Amino acid sequence: MDHLDQLEAQSIYILREAYKKFGKLGMLWSIGKDSTVLLWLAKKAFFGHSPFPFIHVDTTHKIPEMIEYRDKIAKEFDLDLIVHINEEALKAGMGPHEGRLNCCKALKTDGLQQVVTKYEFEGLILGIRRDEEGSRSKERVFSERNKDSEWDYTNQPPELWDQFKTDFPKGNHIRVHPILHWNEIDIWAYIERENIPLVDLYFARDGKRYRSLGCAPCTGKIDSNAITIAEIIEELKHTTQSERAGRAQDQEDAYAMQKLRKDGYM
Amino acid sequence: MSIHREKLKIVVVGHVDHGKSTVIGRLLYDTKSVAEGKIERVKKVCKEKGKPFEYAYLLDAFEEEQKQGITIDTTQLQFFTKKRDYVIIDAPGHKEFLKNMISGAANAEAALLIIDAKEGVQEQSKRHGYILSLLGIQKIYVIVNKMDLIDYSEERFTTIKQEMNEFLNSLHVYPLKYIPISAFYGENLTSKSDYMPWYKEEPILEAIDLIEKDKGLEDKPLRFPIQDVYKFDHRRIIAGRIESGTIHVGDEILISPSNKKTKVKSIEYYQEKDKTDFAVAGKSVGITVEDEFFNKRGAFISHCENRPIVDHVFRANLFWMGKNVLVKDKKYKLKISTQEVECEILVINKVIDATNLIISEDASEVRTNDVADVTIKTKEDISFDEFKHNQNTGRFVLVEGYDVCGGGIISKLEKGIEAVSKFVGEEVDFKVQAFDEYYFVLDENTVKRSVRYKEVFSLGDAVPTVGESYEYPPSIDFIDLEQSRVAEIRKSILNKVIRLKDYIFEAQQIFDSNGFYVNVTTKDDYINWQKDYERVINGDLLEVDYANKWLDFEKYRKISYRSTLNKTLDYMI
Repeated sequence: MDHLDQLEAQSIYILREAYKKFGKLGMLWSIGKDSTVLLWLAKKAFFGHSPFPFIHVDTTHKIPEMIEYRDKIAKEFDLDLIVHINEEALKAGMGPHEGRLNCCKALKTDGLQQVVTKYEFEGLILGIRRDEEGSRSKERVFSERNKDSEWDYTNQPPELWDQFKTDFPKGNHIRVHPILHWNEIDIWAYIERENIPLVDLYFARDGKRYRSLGCAPCTGKIDSNAITIAEIIEELKHTTQSERAGRAQDQEDAYAMQKLRKDGYM
Repeated sequence: MSIHREKLKIVVVGHVDHGKSTVIGRLLYDTKSVAEGKIERVKKVCKEKGKPFEYAYLLDAFEEEQKQGITIDTTQLQFFTKKRDYVIIDAPGHKEFLKNMISGAANAEAALLIIDAKEGVQEQSKRHGYILSLLGIQKIYVIVNKMDLIDYSEERFTTIKQEMNEFLNSLHVYPLKYIPISAFYGENLTSKSDYMPWYKEEPILEAIDLIEKDKGLEDKPLRFPIQDVYKFDHRRIIAGRIESGTIHVGDEILISPSNKKTKVKSIEYYQEKDKTDFAVAGKSVGITVEDEFFNKRGAFISHCENRPIVDHVFRANLFWMGKNVLVKDKKYKLKISTQEVECEILVINKVIDATNLIISEDASEVRTNDVADVTIKTKEDISFDEFKHNQNTGRFVLVEGYDVCGGGIISKLEKGIEAVSKFVGEEVDFKVQAFDEYYFVLDENTVKRSVRYKEVFSLGDAVPTVGESYEYPPSIDFIDLEQSRVAEIRKSILNKVIRLKDYIFEAQQIFDSNGFYVNVTTKDDYINWQKDYERVINGDLLEVDYANKWLDFEKYRKISYRSTLNKTLDYMI
């Protein structure tokens, strides 16, 4: 087994544990490269079937191509897709002008919380990775959230030998992170090997490309001429910039992501 | 840098403040494995606090960690050398966060144990060393850090080396190297230090490239624990991960504990390109088999000639991380591979203080952060291997309430003792505890039940109808309603072991499997007794009322006096 085979096998094992353990399970699909890899892994784990719904928390500020791509893939893969918008917050005028962290909290964190409450999810599968950012590097594969989706990161349970946290009080839910152990280059190498369909925004146009996708007002492009996956991988091998450098909300505060994630952000 | 390259997972452990996070931060920094953005952020945080650059902040991402200057939770980061990729796992050194240290270390293949040159070997240096040995991590480098504080003294380095080596060797851990460094000044990290010319070997970065990865899981006997069974379409797919060995289409396989045999019909796939007729250890697969009998999660698939152990009593070394103490006679959940089963601690053989190796032989509990040698009994038979033969199928966790509270490795199948003796008939077995003794122990002022060593009685064997604290009539029937079994004893010889449904009541005296006389003399009694038992099962009658009505302890039993207990025996209260 090569390196990608090992990553894939571990992720599939985690997905199958989640499916076995949680009656109400859903997978967050943000349309980006990571959660699209996750979607593909789910297809593999369940031999072409997708035995749980996929959830997109739509802030209505997404880059338009992302939405086009979402609807196309959902149809092609025959996904049971839940698109949720925090209408209340939008009606009340929430947007990036209210402060980026406030906007993230309302449109993404609270939006997600509404979905969890509405569908009574016990398990939520997310495509976060340890190498993205500090608080994610401390995550467990099965990570408990209380009824308000809060994360008690100072008191995480032991997690050893793939015996994951599957016992918890009713009302809480578990965030399942099947690709926590992958890095950015792994993701690209796997997309290439498996020929996974991806939104064009990641590939350079006029000397610029997106390295990480989010909402249009808070996501910047990087200078790049990479138009193939091989070129992207080559570029990443030599970059000194962090992956989420283009995500404006991260830069708001030294502990911005920790604070967002404590409240239930992805 | 990770395509088709080898990857090694290394955990960094050691006492609090001995510089684990700094060593890692520095390694990441010097190998340019951290993005500039991250370094900029740390610079900004340090500047705000008026501190020099803290390499540890590259790992200690939590605000609480940076403010208090300690690592709270384990972190995994990646970096690479020319040779291969590394996942480097930072583990907290503070005793309070031992469970996080174990979470980190349990995932590692090799370890760096950091010791502060000035402080020398401390409590957690030893405890962590012990836990590494328990986790089966044999590839260890001891890193003596902060050499700058002792003027790069070879003498002091040698003293620490001797002290730690003596301790680790007594645990059968033999570190591959001892490396003197100063993480803060970068001495002996990526290149040889000019301050320590007496150290002739490699700096850390070169040394870790020399660690050889364990190989050969695929050459071990096949172990394929069933994770789930899918019936999404016409296929009935058995899904799971191969923990060791290799499976081929056409292989004859055995399913434990049901002992059924069948053949592998196919290995399933999502896309045509993944079609294969074999799969090796580590792979998550789905197979179909020729005979579609009922298979469920937890069962083990192996080849017929090399099967796992199937039993329910074993000896284990465990570390306890629970908030409550671990005690005997309490139900815990045991999770081993994909099996989950209720269990109890039958015997606490030893509790070991991991920092000084002092052993308590007569401990009645295992406290938080203690290590113990215990005998565990599971409610049902489980499939497993001894840890030394197969790491993946020889380790387990214990769950109390909602939390994983302990982890352990199986040292051996316990053949010598067992709480339960057995009558073995032609078709069925009957578990029996009727030959236990009851003593009033004068020294302890309590009544104790002494468990008889496991004995197996076959048809025609003599049965000990007379013991120190009981005297049964020579011809009686043992009946256990829970097991639905009957054993006929005639003239103190085991005559028959049958299913309850095949039994005809003929006014023979009846005892239950504990050896308590059952107040049944007529056919009507016999029927009413079973009806009451059903009511207990259905929750319509209290067990205590049932016992007081039907069971008679004193009729053929008594409690003998004993002054003390012989410690080589095992006792349950």
